[in-house]
Amino acid sequence: MNTTKSVIYSFMLFNILNICSINAAEILVNDGELIQDAIRKAGKGDTIKVMPGTYKETLYIDKENVTLSGVIIKGRRPLLDGENTRNDGILASGHGVVIENFQIQHYKANGIMTQGANNFIIRNNIVIGTSVYGIFPQFGKNGLVSHNIVSKVEDAAIYVGMCDNVDIVYNETYNSVMGIETENSHDVLVEGNFMHDNAVGFVASLVPGLPIKTAKNTIVRNNFIVNNNIDNFAPPGAIAAGLPSGVGAFIFAADEARFEGNIITNNVSAGIVFADHASLGASAPPDPAMDPRPDKAQVLKNVFVNNGLGPKDDIAALLEAAGIKKGPDVLSTGKGRKNCIQERSTITEAGTERWSECDADVTTVNVRSYRLEKPIESKALTLEQKGRITYLSVCTGCHTYATTIIGPPIAAVQATYKGKPEELVKYIKKPVKKWPGYPEMPPQDYLPDDVLLETAKYILELKP
Amino acid sequence: MRFKSLSVVTVIFTVLLACHGTVIAAERITLSSKCPPSFEKLENGLCELRSLYEFYNSPAGFGGLKTPLPEHQGGYSAEQIDLGRYLFFDPLLSGDKTKACSSCHQPGKGFSDGLARSVGIDNEVLERSAPSLWNVGFLKSLFWDGRAKSLQEQAKGPLFEKKEMNNTIENLEFSLNKNKTYRALFNIAYPESRTISVNEVSHALAAFQSSLVSLNSRYDRYAHGDQEALTEQERIGHTVFRSFAARCSQCHTPPLFTNQQLAVTAAPEPEGKEFDVGAEKISGQASLRGAFKVPTLRNITLSAPFMHSGALADLESVISFYNNERGHAVADQELQLHWHLVNPRLNEDDEFALLAFLKTLEDETTLPRVPEVLPSGLLLKEAPMYTAQSIP
Ligand code: HEC
Ligand code: HEC
Ligand code: HEC
Repeated sequence: MNTTKSVIYSFMLFNILNICSINAAEILVNDGELIQDAIRKAGKGDTIKVMPGTYKETLYIDKENVTLSGVIIKGRRPLLDGENTRNDGILASGHGVVIENFQIQHYKANGIMTQGANNFIIRNNIVIGTSVYGIFPQFGKNGLVSHNIVSKVEDAAIYVGMCDNVDIVYNETYNSVMGIETENSHDVLVEGNFMHDNAVGFVASLVPGLPIKTAKNTIVRNNFIVNNNIDNFAPPGAIAAGLPSGVGAFIFAADEARFEGNIITNNVSAGIVFADHASLGASAPPDPAMDPRPDKAQVLKNVFVNNGLGPKDDIAALLEAAGIKKGPDVLSTGKGRKNCIQERSTITEAGTERWSECDADVTTVNVRSYRLEKPIESKALTLEQKGRITYLSVCTGCHTYATTIIGPPIAAVQATYKGKPEELVKYIKKPVKKWPGYPEMPPQDYLPDDVLLETAKYILELKP
Repeated sequence: MRFKSLSVVTVIFTVLLACHGTVIAAERITLSSKCPPSFEKLENGLCELRSLYEFYNSPAGFGGLKTPLPEHQGGYSAEQIDLGRYLFFDPLLSGDKTKACSSCHQPGKGFSDGLARSVGIDNEVLERSAPSLWNVGFLKSLFWDGRAKSLQEQAKGPLFEKKEMNNTIENLEFSLNKNKTYRALFNIAYPESRTISVNEVSHALAAFQSSLVSLNSRYDRYAHGDQEALTEQERIGHTVFRSFAARCSQCHTPPLFTNQQLAVTAAPEPEGKEFDVGAEKISGQASLRGAFKVPTLRNITLSAPFMHSGALADLESVISFYNNERGHAVADQELQLHWHLVNPRLNEDDEFALLAFLKTLEDETTLPRVPEVLPSGLLLKEAPMYTAQSIP
């Protein structure tokens, strides 16, 4: 094969790879460099490998399918240090983000937070001493939070807020106000986690005043929920500050919380507490658009040992008022409907008079995961639709068919570019000054080429 | 249905009307049959909003960059929208023909009025400040305390409020029906209605206001993927905005920069004004004492002063307000402050960056044209109506 040919072949191959966009690159960040510089360079599908070292940054990832991966060498991992002055460790809004193998510590707010990102994976990170949340995916569908170790957090160590289809599995959380919390979320699997030495081990909540008005279906299975007895040290004003300490699991108005196969031991106030919005120092105004009661809970077969030996805070007051000395395995303080307990005779209860015995064959084992089989794709619009939407939403602010508003009329554009949509695309990606007396046109190169080409074709066909 | 097929209907009319000493000569007023910028005309003739946010699908659609918008309340024809534009600017709608909607919602001032609190008929100072109307077509509740549930319902507030426009239904309908031009224009926009009633008026006003969309700011370009649309400082500011220290985005949630919920922030009142209980009054709930609807921050640079009664003069003051102890500005009230209010202890660089970011939310590319002449022949006193920008 002569050189020209091989150049052509490799060029073709390159193009094919390009088209399939499997040309994901790896970007290496060494100690002393900035991780954000690498994120800035990264394209869709790229992986950023971060070597062990100390990085003093707040990172943000606003691109899709970027993997931010620490390199662990002989137990040393990259450390993101907030020095108690930086706000958050990592903020990610891009879908398909993967964040793994970091140690993140001493941020004023959160360690890792995603906002509006679907298909996220947060795994094998160590988060220590962040002031609000350790790991907090918010507004996302289809995610995994696994194998993280999170401690010394002034609110929830792991907090899944307004998310759907998330697995929170095999994490360890301790010395925090809450070990794991799910809030206004749906279809969450919490399995195989070790939640110990928090004020409260696990919380599923329906928090009032948020735009998502329900919280439904959380499976809490095969977790160790142990010794959650430290004092609640949440800052005043935080909703978490109202939680009584010594509770294994706390269900705040969330529906369909299902407990199975957990070991729940040595939580001094109670094993599991169910509360509605009205009971227990709720520090948020009620929300008329929400059902304030925890309904359809199932406490299936779990191991409860030594809970309630010295009730604290609001639970102590509540039990005392009812003349009960020892905290129960299951306590219900608010009104809820259709709640049940399996093998009821084996546990201690209070406030559950209206609960029933669950059917003996009810189990959650058939649910292996709540993540989706395939990542959520971007919306299935045709290119034709995208081109039209782009013209209407972006270009019509400045261009109309026949008259001048800010840019030249489309009729003039048609005359210049008839039959040459590619030329038109070239112009709008990098506009040059052409029309005297007109302002500059902003470049449109942030939109993908195929969408721009379709926009160009649409414009060239446009009728008056 | 008579006029359905006509693309542009021109009504020629002549007014010789003395108003503030000005005489207006013969004028042609037409209703555009074209949907406003960013709207697509559907086969059924109605205008529907198009936005790049349609490219995205996420759950329920709140927060983050590439997330869809909440539903836009559209379904209006181009003619109804354009009729609403005339009505919006026309002082004929007020009792004494001195105030138009645009007196307090001026296009040159971010559809607010530059005042701490608006001034109504007879120069009476109102209780609250005039909110911006940008993107108001997405809102599910209106007014600072969220008391109106639709734009149509809302419009009847100022029209008949004594202190605002002080009109009556009878007088409004009478003066519009008496006006030949309006009769013709309503006939085009509402061919099925024989006479003009307040319902068509509020419908057309809602139609026009729903066309006030601002979704092409530099922030939006960044959200859609243009890394260079924001400067380094603005990008840092964006990250402060959504940080869990400042938590601005928890309430001012993108893409609308409001989550449309009520929240108690304990914003101050101006000197000497008594405390405004906000949504407590309409809900009867003590926990909503001092609660206001989270306002949008789109085009926020244009609508100072800020907060429900305009007590904060500029964005710097707003940032200092948030970067302080929670509740510090209202000492004498029992308030259940929103849990997202915390002292974020931002350093100075962060404050400047945040300010820089707020300025990236500016976009007035779809600013509607101010009518040069109104069907009533009246002129508005407010000079800003005829800004350089609005003269075609
Ligand atoms: C902010 C206003 C603005 C927006 C938005 C805008 N344009 Fe323009 N456009 C202009 C201006 C102004 C010019 C003239 C620039 C010059 O000559 O310097 C122009 C020029 C053009 C030209 C070149 C005409 C020629 O004679 O070569 C094309 C093509 C064009 N625009 C297409 C588009 C398309 C497609 C979009 C939407 C994706 C768009 N524009 C969005 C303002 C805008
Ligand atoms: C005298 C000044 C004044 C006039 C005239 C006026 N408004 Fe307002 N507008 C206000 C004030 C002040 C508020 C806030 C009142 C409140 O929240 O209690 C307001 C609120 C609104 C809102 C709610 C926006 C939001 O985000 O909740 C809309 C919509 C509105 N006005 C439209 C109109 C229309 C349409 C007209 C004409 C029919 C009009 N206004 C006339 C001062 C005025
Ligand atoms: C707890 C929810 C919440 C948080 C967090 C929040 N805001 Fe607000 N914001 C509001 C509410 C509610 C108002 C209206 C308050 C009033 O008028 O009394 C408002 C008003 C404003 C205004 C004035 C808008 C106008 O039209 O007058 C600005 C600007 C603003 N906020 C910016 C910010 C910034 C910047 C941050 C972050 C530092 C922030 N907000 C955090 C709820 C919030």
